[in-house]
Order: sequence, then C-alpha cells, then structure tokens
Amino acid sequence: MKSFLNYIAEIFKGIWSLLTGMKVTAKYFFTPWRNVTQQYPENRDKLVFGERYRGELVMPHNESNEHACTGCGICELNCPNGSIEIISKSIMTEEGKKKRIIDLHIYHLGMCTFCNLCVRSCPSDAISFTHSFEHAYWDRKTMTKVLNQPGSKIMANVKE
Amino acid sequence: MAFEKYDFTPISQSIHQFLLEKMSPMVTTIIEWTIIGVLYLLFVAVFGLFLVYAERKVCAAFQQRLGPMRVGPWGLLQTIADFVKLLMKELIQPKSVDSFLYNLAPFVVIIVPFLTISIIPFAPGLQSLDFDIGVFFVTAVSSVGVIGVLLAGWASNNKYSLIGGMRSGAQIVSYELSVGMSLITMVILAGTMQISEIVNMQRDGWFIFKGHIPAIIAFFVFVVAGTAETNRGPFDLAEAESELTAGFHTEYSGIKFAFFFLAEYINLFIVSAMAVTVFLGGWMPFHIGSWDGFNAIMDFIPGLIWFFLKVFGVIFLIMWFKWTFPRLRIDQILTLEWKYLLPINLFNILLMALVVLMGWHW
Repeated sequence: MKSFLNYIAEIFKGIWSLLTGMKVTAKYFFTPWRNVTQQYPENRDKLVFGERYRGELVMPHNESNEHACTGCGICELNCPNGSIEIISKSIMTEEGKKKRIIDLHIYHLGMCTFCNLCVRSCPSDAISFTHSFEHAYWDRKTMTKVLNQPGSKIMANVKE
Repeated sequence: MAFEKYDFTPISQSIHQFLLEKMSPMVTTIIEWTIIGVLYLLFVAVFGLFLVYAERKVCAAFQQRLGPMRVGPWGLLQTIADFVKLLMKELIQPKSVDSFLYNLAPFVVIIVPFLTISIIPFAPGLQSLDFDIGVFFVTAVSSVGVIGVLLAGWASNNKYSLIGGMRSGAQIVSYELSVGMSLITMVILAGTMQISEIVNMQRDGWFIFKGHIPAIIAFFVFVVAGTAETNRGPFDLAEAESELTAGFHTEYSGIKFAFFFLAEYINLFIVSAMAVTVFLGGWMPFHIGSWDGFNAIMDFIPGLIWFFLKVFGVIFLIMWFKWTFPRLRIDQILTLEWKYLLPINLFNILLMALVVLMGWHW
C-alpha cells in the first residue's frame, strides 16, 4: 500500500517539477523585450557589451600624453604566445641617474588570444582592454601596433 | 446552427457536378483524385516549411533569442531558402549501404503523413476520407512510419544510424499503445470511430469538457505519447544529436534528408490535429453553455480558422515541451511508458467506461 501511495505521489511530484520548468521557459517566451540577441551591423552605434568583454589591448593616455607604463616587461613575460614585445631605452634623469623607460610597446594583435594575463599582471595598470572588436584587416602588418603614443611620457606619480 | 454557412460541401459538390457534365465518371474520379492529391502535396510542403520556421522562432523566443531575421522580413523566407539549398545538394550515397532499402526508407517515412492527413477534417465538408473506422485507421497507419525509420537505420550500415533506428523502434512501438488507448478512451465516450461523427458530437461541447476528468487525463497522455511518437521534444533520442550525430538519418543528404525532416513536422501537425479532432472539438467553435450572444460571435469565425487556431495551440504546447525538458534516456523512456502511462491509461479507460455507464458526462 505504501509503495502504491509512493507511486501516486511520484506522478504528481513529476508533473509538478515539469510544470516548474515550463513556467521558467514561459517567462522567457512572453518577455521578448529581454532577448539578448543584438542585430550587429544595424545597431553598430548602440551595441551593448558585457562589462568584461576583451576586444583589443590599449595603453590609456591622459590629456598631456602621459601613460603609466614603466617598461618593466612583466606583460611580455606573462604573455603565453609572445604577442607583446617591450623595447626599452635608458635615459639620464635630472638628478643624473640612469633610468630605463619604455621606447616601444609593441602589440601583435594577430597573435593575441585575449587571455587578459598581461592586464592582470601589470603592476602599474598601464594597459587595458577596450570593447572594439572589428579586427579584420587587409594587411597583416597593420595588426602590429605600437601602444605608447609617439612623444608620450610616463606619469609622474607612477611607482617604479 | 450558424456555422453551416462555412460548409465546403457545396463547393466540392459543384466541382463534382461540373466535371460530371463534361466527362465520363471514370475520368471525373481520376481528376478529382489528382486535385485532392495536389492539394495535399501543396499543403504538406507549405505547412511543413511554415512549421519549421515557426519552430525556429518559438525555440528562439524560449531561449531569449530572435531566431532567423535576415532572409525576408522577420526571416520569413528562411525556410524556403533552406529548402532550395536542400534541393540543390548532391545526393551522396555511402559505398556500403543497402541501396534498395536505403532509397526506399525516406519514401516510407513520407508516405505515412500523407495517408494520415487524408482523414483529418479541416472544416465542415473539407475531409477527403471518412471511414467508419477513422480513429483505428489513424493508429494503424501512423505506426507504419517506424518501418521507414528502422529501414533507414539498418540500411545506412552505420552504428549510429542503427542505434538511432532501434531506439526509435522501441520507442514508437511502446508509445503506440498509449496513443491507441487514449484514443480508445475517447471512442468509449463518443461511441463511434468515425471522425466526422466524432466532430459532430462535439457540437454542444468539446469532448475534453464533456468527458471532464478522464478526458483531460486522456488528453495529456495523448499529447505526451504523441510527442514521443513523432520522435520530438524530450523523446528525440532516436536522433540525439550529441551522441548519435543525427541518428537514423545521418547518412542521408539533400532531398532525402528533407523528406525525413518534412515528415517529422507533418507528423507533428497530425498529432496536433488528432488531439484537436478528438479532444478539442475539431473545427467546432468554442461555446459556453447558454451564453447565446457569445456563442453567436464564436459561430461567426469560420471552422477552418477554428481548426487551425486549436492546432497551433497544441503545436505550441508540444514545442514548449521540446524546448523545456531535457532528453530522456532510453530506459527512462520505456519506464515512463510501461510503468506510468500504461497503468494510468488502463485505469483511465475503466474510469471513462464507468462515467459513460453511469451517465456522468454532459
């Protein structure tokens, strides 16, 4: 008798759990304004990105053309497929000390897997990822980018 | 009643008379057969394509996507483009298949919906075959499809296809029983197997209301078993994409694949149409007791529209199942049938017999 009651209870429990699932999908079905699909070429101006979307590596510069890169080369060491090349140079500071600064921060977009290791390992938060994603080029040479702008300097408050 | 004005009988009668005046009875019959055949072919092709489109849109909405949007407005021409592509594809036949059976299987599969669709009453006077064993005919013919599936699985000479075909065989043979029994439940209530008679008896109330509790149980058993019989939804383990590539139709390409695909969707329509005919009053309008004003408005809508509204309702329900529930394992499928649906069904037949015997229905 007990097993028979169990059997009946099992049927109703099963139906209840199926109805629960159907309630969830029905909620999705009847709220089409919450759809996640974006129709890309048409909505190019107002594309919505996920906050952590990784499009292209950049080095943010402020208004006076200054960046935070010390040229330490940690990003180059951390890059798993060698898409970053750091070329540094030595200069003499006003106090007469020798100092190593960044000359060229070269980024090979074509080799990048967008793993974010460079950004996470950077001690001075000098590089970050933007949302730009249209990376189709006619010439492979254009995919090699120099991230520090010509004539840029390191910010004064960056610790070495 | 008011809906007689939408009866199609005068139209078919006038065509019949017109042809008889011009030609001999023999030629008339042949021409009429041809017309009906062409009409069904057109209907199956167009409705099948539409169902594929509807399925993709409904599935997208369930998954918070948009579905096809590019080909035509709202992607309306997408399935036509797909179909043209399938027509132009090369028919590849693997080297070691059983050639005769391999080529026969798609036709066996596609013949079934054509046979079954012929007894479905679309509207008053719009039914080409009206046997007095209509319900029996449906259950008998619809189980021929499994032969096509088994043939396809066997003749492909491919492990995945064979597993898919065998699974499908086990599944359909089991679920035939539930489909048949839930229909028998309603036949007990109707007292006849003739489809037109069954629809006529629902003039003053659909069977799902007339037969209340046992009818509702039978309806749900029928929808579940029908979903299983069309190899759809949570019961699509015959083609289980993740494990069997495409199951029994893995080796088919081009138009032969399209046959399997089309047959699946027309079977979906047929299961829904049978559910509508037997449980939801066929093309009969929705009436509430003695609300004469309301009933008159409902009568104003043609039977054809009523029929398709209800069919789309049931199709939506079945699609809802498909895009909500995860696929069942083969043992779970057989457990569901033999341990749950069958006992429920047997009990339900008994209940319905009691209800009819005691006159507890409306």
